[in-house]
Amino acid sequence: MVEFLIRRILWMIPVIIAVAAVTFFLMYRAPGGPWDREKPLPTPVRATLDAKFGLDKPLWINPDEFGERWDAGDRNPFYLGQGFFDSRFFSYMSNVFRGDLGPSYASKGAESVQEVIAKKFPVSLKIGAVALVFSVLVGIPLGVLGALHQNSWIDYVTRVISTFGVAVPSFISGLLILLFLTRRMGYSPMRDPSEWKGFGVAFLLPGIILGLGTMSYMARLTRSSMIEIKRQDFVRTARAKGLTNSMVVNRHVIRNALIPVVTVLGPAAADLVTGSIIIENIYGAPGLGEEFVSSIAKRDYSVIMGTAIFYALLVAAANVLVDITYGLVDPRIRLDN
Amino acid sequence: MPTTLDAITETNSLRTVELQPGRTREARSLWSDAWRQFRRNKLAVIGGIYLIFLLFVALLAPAIAPQNPIKGDVKVAGKYRQAAWVETDNPKTTGSWDYPLGTDGNGRDVFSRLVYGTRISLVVGFIPMIVIMIIGVPIGLISGFSGGKVDNLLMRLTDVVYAFPSLLFFIIMQISLGETPFGKVLNGLVLLFVTLSIINWTGVARLVRGETLSLREKEFVEAARASGSSNARLIFRHILPNSLGPLIIASAFIVPGAIISEAVLSYLGIGLRPSVNLDAPFPTSWGQMIQAGGAQYRNQPWLLIAPSVAVALITLAFNFVGDGLRDALDPREQV
Repeated sequence: MVEFLIRRILWMIPVIIAVAAVTFFLMYRAPGGPWDREKPLPTPVRATLDAKFGLDKPLWINPDEFGERWDAGDRNPFYLGQGFFDSRFFSYMSNVFRGDLGPSYASKGAESVQEVIAKKFPVSLKIGAVALVFSVLVGIPLGVLGALHQNSWIDYVTRVISTFGVAVPSFISGLLILLFLTRRMGYSPMRDPSEWKGFGVAFLLPGIILGLGTMSYMARLTRSSMIEIKRQDFVRTARAKGLTNSMVVNRHVIRNALIPVVTVLGPAAADLVTGSIIIENIYGAPGLGEEFVSSIAKRDYSVIMGTAIFYALLVAAANVLVDITYGLVDPRIRLDN
Repeated sequence: MPTTLDAITETNSLRTVELQPGRTREARSLWSDAWRQFRRNKLAVIGGIYLIFLLFVALLAPAIAPQNPIKGDVKVAGKYRQAAWVETDNPKTTGSWDYPLGTDGNGRDVFSRLVYGTRISLVVGFIPMIVIMIIGVPIGLISGFSGGKVDNLLMRLTDVVYAFPSLLFFIIMQISLGETPFGKVLNGLVLLFVTLSIINWTGVARLVRGETLSLREKEFVEAARASGSSNARLIFRHILPNSLGPLIIASAFIVPGAIISEAVLSYLGIGLRPSVNLDAPFPTSWGQMIQAGGAQYRNQPWLLIAPSVAVALITLAFNFVGDGLRDALDPREQV
């Protein structure tokens, strides 16, 4: 188990390197730069900015620097190697592993990307948390109800809701619900920035809409899992030995039926926290997703890269957690291979 | 949230047929059995009919659309004309059945654009699905069949690709390649195909690998091997055909995923490029319409409602069909 965990955690390193490398080279290809304005910046200003952010260095290796140091008579392999790898890519990567995602170009370096993330991510996290709580508190009871009253009208309604919820993306339902609220209920998506501080009602609507899909998925999963467990021999035994219906359901059926549901919580949580990009955009929530979208327009490439790496790390960590919970919730699963 | 793919991967089902003593029934193939089962699912049949209907709409778009989807005449059509059943005092914006769902800011007919948008949705759903299969199936087959180092290598590669947060990666791909000559081919349609296929093959590769791993130990494969079948024959005659069921189910869920991704990317303004060519075969997409509608829904709600409902309906239809296929082809998995 411990060995498995260590291996899983170490495995995150190449994953993050790959994500960082691919995003780096893709973003390098992107047209235009962070200094592009309506009026082009004067060349000297540009050069100063480039030098300040290391954008004047070669892309991924620096043979010139190596040559200069060599010609200067230096033979220290570490010093020479440092010169050879004194490039944008390698300095970016080494900074990433030190937790430094570089300066945000749009702020002209006044703010680092990790500061932007630290400032914006809590909003996304709260929206994700609302979504997760909503999907658990509504989805699981819906599924249980549906399974206990199989083929009744409750079951039917539950299934219709969950079918729609799973199929229709939150992006579409979010837009349509917003349209309905603004036109019929006089709701305004414009909010005072202070409402996004702390934990206010502002998070409810985007959170619930973000959670619709997961809620429906959980309802479906709970229902089918309950129905499967209800037919098991141990449930029949429990009834045969005279347990009341509520005892059978509470102690035997629900507990066992929730195993698959618990195991999807981890990926669901990661999905909800990283999946709010469009919902934040629609509801004007100043979270990391919204920051990511606005960075596209601002060509703030360092924020785009940093956010992608941050999210990849988050997803990778969530996957490790999921593997742990699998083992904890269901002792039948062994984590050796 | 685990995708349906993950759920499918776990089971590999062999259909058991209950024989009733004293009665024989006509021989039925697995596929005709599946078809019977599928037909019993009303929602799946409705979904299937709707998709066939959309296919015809896409093919016959020029005949169905009442107006040109790209050229709008503000003087005649009016800016932000309301839907046909909405009456206003202004003759320029009151509803007219010439423009069933009203017009947009350029006087273009929303209904005609919607009809043409069907084309992109179908193309953008199906082509990435095919590419995903072309990449994922061989990787899964090779990985599962050969095992050992090859398997390890391919699966590590799959793991790395799987770790990419997909929507973020789509966005990065679109930003970085959207302005290149390659990104401009067919208004960016080709780039979009690449973007939507380049990471999502991992689910298929894992699915096929799982199927292959369990199938290659089955008696019938062993028997075929013992009777001298080559590896290629084992793969193409025995393993691949027996994994087709889960693959078909998976593809029914990949298509709507790609359609939604296109809509999201276009909503962000980094999907397809707007077409200016008057007789372009793919003038607009529902995602682009949602983008325009999202900005102008106060002026003309149907700019937003029409494409959103269209996307919702097509994803619902694919989900119904997918659920029906799963019931029909994989009776043990009933999520």
